[in-house]
Amino acid sequence: MKLLNMSLAALHRLLKEKKISSTELTKEFLRHIQKAEPNLRSFLTITEEIALRKAEETDKKIAGQQPIGILEGIPMALKDNICTEGIPTTCASRILENFVPPYDATVTEKLKEAGTVLVGKLNMDEFAMGSTTENSGFYPTANPWDFARVPGGSSGGSAAAVAAREVPFALGSDTGGSIRQPAAFCGVVGLKPTYGAVSRYGLVAFASSLDQIGPLTKTVEDSALVLNIIAGHDPKDSTSVPFIKPDYTQYLENNVKDMKIGVPREFFAQGLKPEVQTVIEEAVRVYEQLGAQVEECSLPHMEYALPAYYLIASAECSSNLARYDGVRYGYRAKAEDMIDMFTTSRTEGFGQEVKRRIMLGTYALSSGYYDAYYAKAQKIRTLIKEDFEQAFTKFDVLLSPTTPTIAYRLGEKTDPLALYLGDVYTIPINLAGLPSISLPAGFADGMPVGLQLIGKHFAEGILLRAAYTFEQNTEHHKKIPAWLEEASKNVF
Amino acid sequence: MKITEKDVEQLATVSRLELTAEDVSAYTKYLNTALDYMDKLKKLDTSKVEPAQQVLPVKNVFREDTVEASLEKELALANAPEVEEGSFKVPRIVL
Repeated sequence: MKLLNMSLAALHRLLKEKKISSTELTKEFLRHIQKAEPNLRSFLTITEEIALRKAEETDKKIAGQQPIGILEGIPMALKDNICTEGIPTTCASRILENFVPPYDATVTEKLKEAGTVLVGKLNMDEFAMGSTTENSGFYPTANPWDFARVPGGSSGGSAAAVAAREVPFALGSDTGGSIRQPAAFCGVVGLKPTYGAVSRYGLVAFASSLDQIGPLTKTVEDSALVLNIIAGHDPKDSTSVPFIKPDYTQYLENNVKDMKIGVPREFFAQGLKPEVQTVIEEAVRVYEQLGAQVEECSLPHMEYALPAYYLIASAECSSNLARYDGVRYGYRAKAEDMIDMFTTSRTEGFGQEVKRRIMLGTYALSSGYYDAYYAKAQKIRTLIKEDFEQAFTKFDVLLSPTTPTIAYRLGEKTDPLALYLGDVYTIPINLAGLPSISLPAGFADGMPVGLQLIGKHFAEGILLRAAYTFEQNTEHHKKIPAWLEEASKNVF
Repeated sequence: MKITEKDVEQLATVSRLELTAEDVSAYTKYLNTALDYMDKLKKLDTSKVEPAQQVLPVKNVFREDTVEASLEKELALANAPEVEEGSFKVPRIVL
């Protein structure tokens, strides 16, 4: 196994046994980033100097015979909506092009304390609104498996960077599938934790009742290791839940005997491509052969999830994005008076999709329409949540495709509503606040297909166990794009 | 048509966005298509359903009202487009 392709545990061993220094490791990844970026463009900012300084700290500790943490000295990158003190955080929006946060997000702070080496900030759809990363205000990112296809979104830069082995792991954020969908499109593992399990302090808000930060990794074990660092209650986030954080690696057990897995038939309905369905049905057979009890089930209100989601997410976005007014931070247009300054700054600073959602959200919240749209959507949300609760009285885990299709071609999807439909399997989970993981399940037309597992609130452990067992008994996660074979062969 | 071009112009004004004539027609089309799709929700009788204010059992968070260290003033102002005498400077408000 070569360096770029190594698991976090393997990299940790190399560092601990002084087979490589953190500086050498970081330089290796930085070199690979330089080579891969012209084709991929996963990064918005590369923080080479800061990274090498941080790596040196670890190297000094190792030289001084001090013990190092499991992720210490290992490079990583963050989606560009996660605040990093002194390092630009743009949300891939022109309106925040020059924004340099004066503080770290809680997850940034935790990863810093854990000794990880931040090598850069990753591309995304502007303010996390989109499913292709084509809505980035700067440039689109390519899919490492086919440069003519999108990596998915909104955490497209995070998924592409991990899939292309530019970083050993990355963080993304998931409001309606923004970690899981790009993970599926790029063939990596993407975990959306339970709402409230990971602090949102310092995550630039899109839809506050749905947003959640999570890891994108090559393997399930890596996912557990990163979750160990970032999860936990945070007094700075009032929606963060006080819970006893387990060691998530204890759930990495190759065993699903007698595990009850439900397969909701609504997730195999309209729009599911036959080649994706074939891969997921094969995954079901794998679980059955491993001794799990797999049974079809129903979540009757799923067809209402998508419209309810777009009303709630747009309403929260219109409210959250009111803060971009050109006064305290962000882009300010030249203007004669204050109102003109607000309007011109926002008009020139926001992209099309962001404006569409602000308009839709403003409408849904406006008097006379509030009950018909926003309040109605909140009631649907209750029904969705109850559907899942009902299913979890019988099942430990639910299983579905992550997406109905493989990654789209760049420029293929121009109709916003058609794009929203691609998120139909991931969105209900955010509405219910549940944890969910997408993992590589196979290939269709040479492109990765993602398997989605859904668990009860705070049941990340059982999700990880189910995912780990599938991974240990399949080879899909070991495949890498052909151009990368060469790159990883030459290193170490 | 649920939403007219005039409605869209009004929505843009309250959202503090300026639209070109081309934008107005594009957004009108988008909003009507989106809302038609969302009307699917009306099919469902929810008269007996409570709206989900939150999906996890979270409670209001209280704390003592004590003074704690916060962001330095200079840092808070560091990203401002225009600053004067330790304050955010904005164009005139009253014409």
